[in-house]
Amino acid sequence: MSVRRLAAPEVQPASFAFSPDNESWAATVIAKFPAGKQASAVIPFLMRAQEQEGWVSKAAIEWVAQRLGMKLIRVLEVATFYTQFQLAPVGSVAHIQVCGTTPCMLRGSDEIIKICKNRIAHHAHELSADGKFSWEEVECLGACVNAPMIAVGADTFEDLTAETFTAVLDAYGRGETPKSGPQNGRIGGEAEGGATTLLDPGLDDGSFRVNILTSSDATPTNG
Amino acid sequence: MAKIKIDGREIDVAPEASLLQACEAAGAEVPRFCFHERLSVAGNCRMCLVEVKGGPPKPQASCAMSVKDLRPGPNGEPPEVFTTTPMVKRAREGVMEFLLINHPLDCPICDQGGECDLQDQSMAYGVDASRFSENKRAVEDKYIGPLVKTVMTRCIQCTRCVRFTAEVAGVGDLGLISRGEDVEITTYLETAMTSELQGNVVDLCPVGALTSLPYEFKARPWELTKTESIDVMDALGSNIRVDSRGREVLRILPRLNEDVNEEWISDKTRHVVDGLKVQRLDRPYVRTAGKLKPATWPEALGVVAARIKAAPKKTAILVGDFATAEELFAIKTLATNLGIADVDARADGSVIDPAWGAAAYRFNATVAGIESADALLIVGSDPRLEAPVLNARIRKRWRKGGFPIGVIGDEADLTYAYNYLGAGPDSLARLASGENGFLEVLKGAKRPLILVGNAVTTRPDGAAILGTVAKLAVDVGAVGPDWNGFSVLHTAASRVAALDLGVVPGEGGRSTAAILAAAEKGEIDTLILFGADEIDTSRLGSTFVVYVGTHGDKGASVASVILPGAAYTEKSGTFVNTEGRVQVADRAVFPVGDAREDWAILRALSALVGATLPFDSLTELRAALHAAHPTFAGVDETAPGRHEDVVALAGLAGAADHAAFVSPIGDFYLTNPMTRASKVLARCSQLRSSRLAAAAE
Repeated sequence: MSVRRLAAPEVQPASFAFSPDNESWAATVIAKFPAGKQASAVIPFLMRAQEQEGWVSKAAIEWVAQRLGMKLIRVLEVATFYTQFQLAPVGSVAHIQVCGTTPCMLRGSDEIIKICKNRIAHHAHELSADGKFSWEEVECLGACVNAPMIAVGADTFEDLTAETFTAVLDAYGRGETPKSGPQNGRIGGEAEGGATTLLDPGLDDGSFRVNILTSSDATPTNG
Repeated sequence: MAKIKIDGREIDVAPEASLLQACEAAGAEVPRFCFHERLSVAGNCRMCLVEVKGGPPKPQASCAMSVKDLRPGPNGEPPEVFTTTPMVKRAREGVMEFLLINHPLDCPICDQGGECDLQDQSMAYGVDASRFSENKRAVEDKYIGPLVKTVMTRCIQCTRCVRFTAEVAGVGDLGLISRGEDVEITTYLETAMTSELQGNVVDLCPVGALTSLPYEFKARPWELTKTESIDVMDALGSNIRVDSRGREVLRILPRLNEDVNEEWISDKTRHVVDGLKVQRLDRPYVRTAGKLKPATWPEALGVVAARIKAAPKKTAILVGDFATAEELFAIKTLATNLGIADVDARADGSVIDPAWGAAAYRFNATVAGIESADALLIVGSDPRLEAPVLNARIRKRWRKGGFPIGVIGDEADLTYAYNYLGAGPDSLARLASGENGFLEVLKGAKRPLILVGNAVTTRPDGAAILGTVAKLAVDVGAVGPDWNGFSVLHTAASRVAALDLGVVPGEGGRSTAAILAAAEKGEIDTLILFGADEIDTSRLGSTFVVYVGTHGDKGASVASVILPGAAYTEKSGTFVNTEGRVQVADRAVFPVGDAREDWAILRALSALVGATLPFDSLTELRAALHAAHPTFAGVDETAPGRHEDVVALAGLAGAADHAAFVSPIGDFYLTNPMTRASKVLARCSQLRSSRLAAAAE
């Protein structure tokens, strides 16, 4: 982690405002909190601003502060505290968040990061030459069984190798949306090469089912 | 009350007291950085660790745990806390070692050196060498305004400054951005702080991260002579300590007085220091052929005495805002002896008549009493500018809740929410008639506070309005023997003493406005301005003006004779604050050059005009004052006014002009000659006006 500051003035947009859709969403969020406590909506607001623009700009911070009746510094504190808020522009197509925590590292996240450095930019949070990509290393993304993994916005890509990760990047580069999930063909977190336990089809067809209401063990007792 | 044993000593404390306060009550010293009595508890420095018997087997932060959190022993024994066990010592040493990991070893070039909490506490808990071999953290310094210098690498993130600006000052300028090792204290994108109390963060900072910029590299604390004094920048009478070296005042710090300023002072109070050194009148001047020429005291006094002796009836005296009670008494005595009726100490045109009684012009609720009030109406005052520290007290009460506030006058940012009821006397009439709901609020309150400011008292129709306000106060039950909520907030430090002593026009005498009008028509031969600069000097025409004062400002520029006096740090004197509290300031340094203490000037002049004042020393003068007005002997006491006076004042209620109330303080930082001479305050004023201009766009 490093000192988090707002992006340079030359990349800051002149103004910010929620889109009409986000505006109607904002009203429902504020309504969740008691009157006078609308400042509690600062994190959802900043996150929604980031989803709209890709990153949290100075204009967005000031707009949120004004909208929620907060001091500017209070919103800046929140925006700089949470590393999930991007304070500088990110790739227009994809911002790659590479998990670098122990399980992913043991399963080869270093390789993924090396590819990011070569294909996107040498440093995290830097834009690629075409402005389409950026990357950063993040802490545990929560699918250690499918390590290594990356997250792009709300999508995750697991079980990556150098080849499959490159393929994901290529697909994004062509303007496609690659299929999210494990990239080695397995489904969710099941064992690689197919399941090895709980194989009895009776588990699925209902023949093992016990009606607990008629079973003698389950007879309700009075008193 | 709950029983608790501290280091084996059993004491009784309030159950909600923190362990730290309980330890203090038991006489056990607990080191701390982030904890401060007047701020919320943050619990982030961990220096106040103590051991709790029967508690979790780890040290506890005593600031964040209260006595009622502890359980008694198995047989109902009171809970036990230890502050001197090896566990506590080791825990605190550990905390100190962590704090020092990133703290630079730059004490020799640090302004906090010698009065630094970290330095002091490291003597007790610091280890002699560092076990840390990595690079130290470095933090970029931030610009947070012209008064506070930052060396952010020294910051230990106690967040006292953040809590102060958010809670006490009510501006929310400072914040703690980023997280973990990278946290930094800053204002939003390094803009200047906007509070009139920002200088206090320097006192709060336990290390050298925030130090006073004007005092940068000026002196070490042990070189300074500390003198207890009273502030004169506003009528609150904040208790201050004047630090001086040789003949120079180097800085002004607050002194603790729970009844007046707690431990805060405004930036004007603190940073007027450089104004005390420049633009000073250090020798007498006499105007010859249109030019002021240096003169000796006998020459200058001789000229003045000749003028007065020639026509004492055509002599007028205007007294400014900084006169001590002793000087006011001497002026009053001299004027009476010479038969000068045109004397007025209300140079701002205030209409208050001492004959109304003390309760009619004092802050009867008392400053500390604000905290027990349960509703507030402000009429014609901007307390944030007229008395910032008093405003912080109002905010303190407001933060506790259940304190509705109504304002009639300027709709300014007072740092707390209020019902804006209108701008002028018409709104006051509407309020009194019950047109808006606020009258019911005041009636429903047990201890309503009605604060009246100078925007009311300096109007020509001020008496009628003051009467209306008094009537309102009486009607809502704010005036009684137990609680008198009718409170006048003055802006001049000398005003209440002047009114108590009756330094107002005598029989057939003229008040300030009439004196100025007469001067314009040439009816006054000699006008003595006793530190009175805040008047329209262009109206004085060809009047022979004698200026007795400290700074070459408006008054001195039109003077025919200048008699250099002593500034408030250069004389001992009694001041009476807006609530009627008698306080004595000591002399910190000697007057500059040939300047003399003002009472001595009056004494010398009195001998030359043949009306010698009957005292040869300040002690004798003070004794005479105390003999004539015994209340002035009760130092640090307020003699409560008679509430019947306010009831009588209500009888003055009458029709008033429709014009809105306008606060007499245009520019907070430049209200008097001392502040106008200060570069630091000029910079503050410039920043403030550019901020206001930007906000107006």
